[in-house]
Amino acid sequence: MSKYYLNYLDELESEAIYVLREVWAQFQNPVILFSGGKDSIVVTHLARKAFYPSKIPFSLMHVDTGHNFPETIKFRDDLVKELGANLLVGSVQESIDQGRVAEEKGKNATRNALQITTLLDAIESNKVDCAIGGGRRDEEKARAKERFFSHRDEFGQWDPKNQRPELWNLFNGKYFQGEHLRAFPISNWTEMDVWNYILRENIAIPSLYIAHEREVVWRGGTWIPNSEFLVLEDHEEVVTKKIRFRTLGDITITGGIESDADTLEKIVDEVSTMRQTERGNRSDDKRSESAMEDRKRQGYF
Amino acid sequence: MIDNNQLLRFTTAGSVDDGKSTLIGRLLYDSKSIFEDQLESIENTSKQKGHEGVDLALFTDGLRDEREQGITIDVAYRYFTTPKRKFIIADTPGHIQYTRNMVTGASTANAAIILVDARHGVIEQTRRHAFIASLLQIPHIIVCINKMDLVDFKEEAYQNVIAQFEAFSAKLLVKDVHFIPISALMGDNVVNRSENMDWYQGAPLLHTLETMHISSDINKVDARFPVQTVLRPQREGFIDYRGYAGRVASGVFRPGDEVTVLPSGFTSKIASIDTYGGALEEAFAPMSVSITLEDDIDISRGDMLVRSNNKPEVTQDVEVMLCWLNSSPAKDRAKYTIRHTSNDQKAIVKEIIYKIDINTLERLEDDKTMSMNDICKVKLRTTKPLCVDAYRDNRITGSIILVDDATNETVAAGMIV
Repeated sequence: MSKYYLNYLDELESEAIYVLREVWAQFQNPVILFSGGKDSIVVTHLARKAFYPSKIPFSLMHVDTGHNFPETIKFRDDLVKELGANLLVGSVQESIDQGRVAEEKGKNATRNALQITTLLDAIESNKVDCAIGGGRRDEEKARAKERFFSHRDEFGQWDPKNQRPELWNLFNGKYFQGEHLRAFPISNWTEMDVWNYILRENIAIPSLYIAHEREVVWRGGTWIPNSEFLVLEDHEEVVTKKIRFRTLGDITITGGIESDADTLEKIVDEVSTMRQTERGNRSDDKRSESAMEDRKRQGYF
Repeated sequence: MIDNNQLLRFTTAGSVDDGKSTLIGRLLYDSKSIFEDQLESIENTSKQKGHEGVDLALFTDGLRDEREQGITIDVAYRYFTTPKRKFIIADTPGHIQYTRNMVTGASTANAAIILVDARHGVIEQTRRHAFIASLLQIPHIIVCINKMDLVDFKEEAYQNVIAQFEAFSAKLLVKDVHFIPISALMGDNVVNRSENMDWYQGAPLLHTLETMHISSDINKVDARFPVQTVLRPQREGFIDYRGYAGRVASGVFRPGDEVTVLPSGFTSKIASIDTYGGALEEAFAPMSVSITLEDDIDISRGDMLVRSNNKPEVTQDVEVMLCWLNSSPAKDRAKYTIRHTSNDQKAIVKEIIYKIDINTLERLEDDKTMSMNDICKVKLRTTKPLCVDAYRDNRITGSIILVDDATNETVAAGMIV
């Protein structure tokens, strides 16, 4: 006798495919926000499955801070080529050069917040009406309140206290001129689910996620990679460690953990025994208790 | 990780004082789903606020306003996994002014946890939560009689709640009810069995959630497939491919099945059921697939494939239990966009038959207004036919939302009677 239920990964996959198809059906010009991180890679993989045997119907949009891991950019370009997809790039450096934003000052300066302007400019200039993201509700307390279809006003802002109710799987993607929506197909996935899915589907990911030797500096309770953008303090010392990254962002703020997990299986084992959240290594989230909520209100990913 | 782990979605409704946040914090904490950096942050906040020990309720704080006011305003989703299941909690506020958020959280839930303070027994709020759970047809209800530590863990308080609850729930459509005496604060019967209540022979809450039979919650009889979009690859190897992409709402489909396309009424046979991973022998809810038919028929988004010997009702007149979600009241005879599965039409509220007082469950037949959080039985007329089932038989083909075209806001959610 057949079993007529799905296991949790199949159910999450089916839900995400449903969301991606709703996006395609309800919008004129949707794109996938592609960071090169594992979550946006999984979303891209799901889009490939959702529209098979058609080609993936979304462009990939990358907000390039200019402070990248070189591995991320190569991975992005290879994937775009393999999919035959269109790549749109919003450049933070260009936003700075045009005077749209000003570089932060001081030793903890990052380009994290500057991305918001570049992202919103790219959405506007490409006439994007829905930006699909890899955000998950388990990541952070403000994200726990996020909808699958999330409305942004003409300033790109999120109003968490006035969100559209979202019942059953009836998604309301209506918007007025100048507004857009964000869609989050893997809202209900946890970090563990993402890793189990990557393992099950054998999805290619950047080598940065896998334990490797790298020059790093101990800062803010995490191993920050050495790069041309890093300004060393007097007491800081560059050392070589075997590390891997749990999330990938701007190279100046993404900390790694010491690890021997050099295969997907070992990573899944390691993640299942982790006692720290993955964003604990991201200094952008440590600025204040509502750091994520504040950035999301302004239009962040 | 066990490969056959199922996903269980449950909702918790409660207000400031009944220990809902503490219960969720306890579930996460005792099931070891809380990370060290989260714990550290909560310990610091507990100290700042002058609490003794760790205040588990702080785990569920979300937006800044909620932290400042100490209340839940919007639905928050939380996740934890045990070796047996993955759980999604829709954490919703319990106060009457947030009925709409309770309804939202309940709409996708397999189970509802209703908290009752052992000292006070069943109160108005308990009845409201149970009514909403039954209205949204949540298959399983778990009544947690909390704060048993404050009544010396006596069985009498527990038995009183059961008697009170059963007295009024007889009027509701509730299929499966469990009663568990707990102390969320002390941890009794949440994850670990209580050592203070030998008289209780049942399972603790987590074990109940882990073992509850949910496979039969999905309708496997009425085969329904709303078409989301049409896949036409027009590339080599697939030049003539025309696949109808969607998620099975209920029932089972197999190649060779005779199907009818609604609302047009044309019939054909299923040629194949395709996925990226290959063709399937059968598809059942909630699988996302692409279906091809033997005949070329004009089918587009909003249409529904059903088995020819078991059809939903095709109608322009539907009676629904409508929950009004918007701060602007319903306008008299105004038109709204109605969304039913993947089908968008216009609809008009023809008549408000009655409003329900959600505390007493009385029908108010003279009150013809609909404001935020009101639940009314109404008649809707749509511009084109919908293919509907009763909500009690099918939560997907039996549900609708209304969108106001003037604001684009989702203003109401309805369950087809």
